[in-house]
Amino acid sequence: MAASPQQDDFVIRVRGLETRFGENSVHQNLDLDVRRGEVIGIVGASGTGKSVLLKAVIGLIRPAAGSIVVLGHDTARLGERDRRALQQRCGVLFQDGALFSSMTVAENVRLPLTEHTMLAPALIDEIARVKIGMVGLDAEAAPKFPAELSGGMRKRAGLARALALDPEILFLDEPTAGLDPIAATAFDQLIGDLRHGLGLTVFMVTHDLDSLAAICDRIAVVIDKRIMMGTLDSLRAESHPWLRSYFNGPRGRAAAVAG
Amino acid sequence: MAGSAGTDLGDGENWMVSTHDETAWVLAACGHWDIEAAGPLGALVERLAGEALGGTAGRRVRLDLSGLVALDTVGALLLFRLRRELAEAGGSVAVVRAKPAHLALLDAVWRAAELPAPVRRRTSAVGDFLFRIGKGASDIGHAAVELIAFFGVICVTLGRIVIQPRRIRGKALIYHIEHTGLHAVPILGLLLFLIGVVLAYQGAEQLRKVGAEIFVVNLLGLSVLREIGPLVTAIIVAGRSGSAFTAQIGTMKVNQEVDAMLTLGLDPVELLVVPRMLALMVALPLLTFFANMVALAGGSLMAYLLLDISAGQFIAQLQVGPLDVYDVLVGMLKTPVFAVVIAMVGCHEGLQVTGSAESVGSRTTQSVVESIFLVIVLNALFSILFSFLRF
Repeated sequence: MAASPQQDDFVIRVRGLETRFGENSVHQNLDLDVRRGEVIGIVGASGTGKSVLLKAVIGLIRPAAGSIVVLGHDTARLGERDRRALQQRCGVLFQDGALFSSMTVAENVRLPLTEHTMLAPALIDEIARVKIGMVGLDAEAAPKFPAELSGGMRKRAGLARALALDPEILFLDEPTAGLDPIAATAFDQLIGDLRHGLGLTVFMVTHDLDSLAAICDRIAVVIDKRIMMGTLDSLRAESHPWLRSYFNGPRGRAAAVAG
Repeated sequence: MAGSAGTDLGDGENWMVSTHDETAWVLAACGHWDIEAAGPLGALVERLAGEALGGTAGRRVRLDLSGLVALDTVGALLLFRLRRELAEAGGSVAVVRAKPAHLALLDAVWRAAELPAPVRRRTSAVGDFLFRIGKGASDIGHAAVELIAFFGVICVTLGRIVIQPRRIRGKALIYHIEHTGLHAVPILGLLLFLIGVVLAYQGAEQLRKVGAEIFVVNLLGLSVLREIGPLVTAIIVAGRSGSAFTAQIGTMKVNQEVDAMLTLGLDPVELLVVPRMLALMVALPLLTFFANMVALAGGSLMAYLLLDISAGQFIAQLQVGPLDVYDVLVGMLKTPVFAVVIAMVGCHEGLQVTGSAESVGSRTTQSVVESIFLVIVLNALFSILFSFLRF
């Protein structure tokens, strides 16, 4: 549970991944390694398949070719039980929280605990309360329904649910999209804190250059159907036109100054 | 109290070792304190807390975490509980020798665990029950008022359309006529055919006893054309299209499409409600006429099979019987009114949807129940009205 990335302990290994929708191939021969304990940021232009990559890794999309190994398990070869066990070790935060709208925030967080563990209801209540507190939500938010929350609060509640089972890997789909800069910074801070506290590996799809600068150890750029891996500084030095306009455009420069 | 030095308190799993040195009671946590072990760990913490009540007051307790192999938030929470229980029993608890990673986690969890618990509002079952009855009654009243207001809004919009006929959405109108009318033909045809068959069968059984077989035609003609055709068609369309209207408009509401329309200066009533309503006003009479014919055909088939009344005889008897054009007219007259009610209720419920998928579902149910209820009530009112007018 060390917070610093360990060199050869890969929690996600993607090899030769190919995903396609009909005739259209999104990724081709894509490789990606994620080390234990690191925060990896996935960036790329709209439509390059960042979210598709995330969905493929968490098993919502079947790849057309290639292998995806998560926590030592090849996701294509898992039986139903093993897949479910693996899913419990991964937490996912979807873009708008994807909270179950018929349940309160507390019930949303309790749900994975009641479904997957045999804990006493009182303990589950307390765990849910702690998780809701850990993501920075007031106790007043717990009995509310998702429709009654703001976008930022929904994201935090979604994060609490993703963390309910103490996952080893946390997947985030555009966690700061739609948040104001202060809330986005606070959310980055929260992810950073939780990562150190819980020893999480974070797989984050983002558009937010500030997030990249603030909390990501490495950055994976989805470009030309493949991954280009680097740090903020090394990618800034690359000559690919998209990378140049992304990192050296006005927003990129502002993030560099701030970062 | 676990007196002797080095007592293993974990149930064979070595979670906690209790020892005493000259200054304090030392509880050394070890092994895996995680969600997997949370059940027995919870029991262990409770047992230790119970023991602590015996004689911890004023004592020092050292919680030694150097032996922990793995810790997650559930484990951290249980340690928090243990520390709280020991402290409440009067002990002064110190956490020692925790690894930095564990310390960071403990810090994060303990800070969250110390937040105040939410205040539960106290409610009594009887009070709640009465409250719900009262609220239900007042909701019905509100819904009625809102529906009448919505009817007013539609009338105003229709008035605008009459003044500026180019505001009518031809494409949407045709689309909805196709979906509410044409697509309903198969199911409606099958159901009404079967109803015709059943009515003829039951009528024939009774009429044969008095030797008045031929009057099965009168029975069928009157009941189908005046009541059953229009009513059953309206009920089926309410279930089929009224619910679809609610779900479509409700989903648009959830996606903020309706809000987007308003900001673009478009009128949702004009764009969404009026085309559906006009389409249903066209489609429902056509469907009803079709349903009438199919039901009579079903009845005619049964009359032929059971009573040997040929199709020609059937039609001739329909023409000479007590049935006149008014009976057909009375049945058809009701259908545009049913169409207005079904479309209005469906669209109104759709526009009442608030932000969640659940609300779309409950509003759709509400829409079907309400429109069927209103159709049946209106049908009864029509009966009274027509008998009053001696039609």
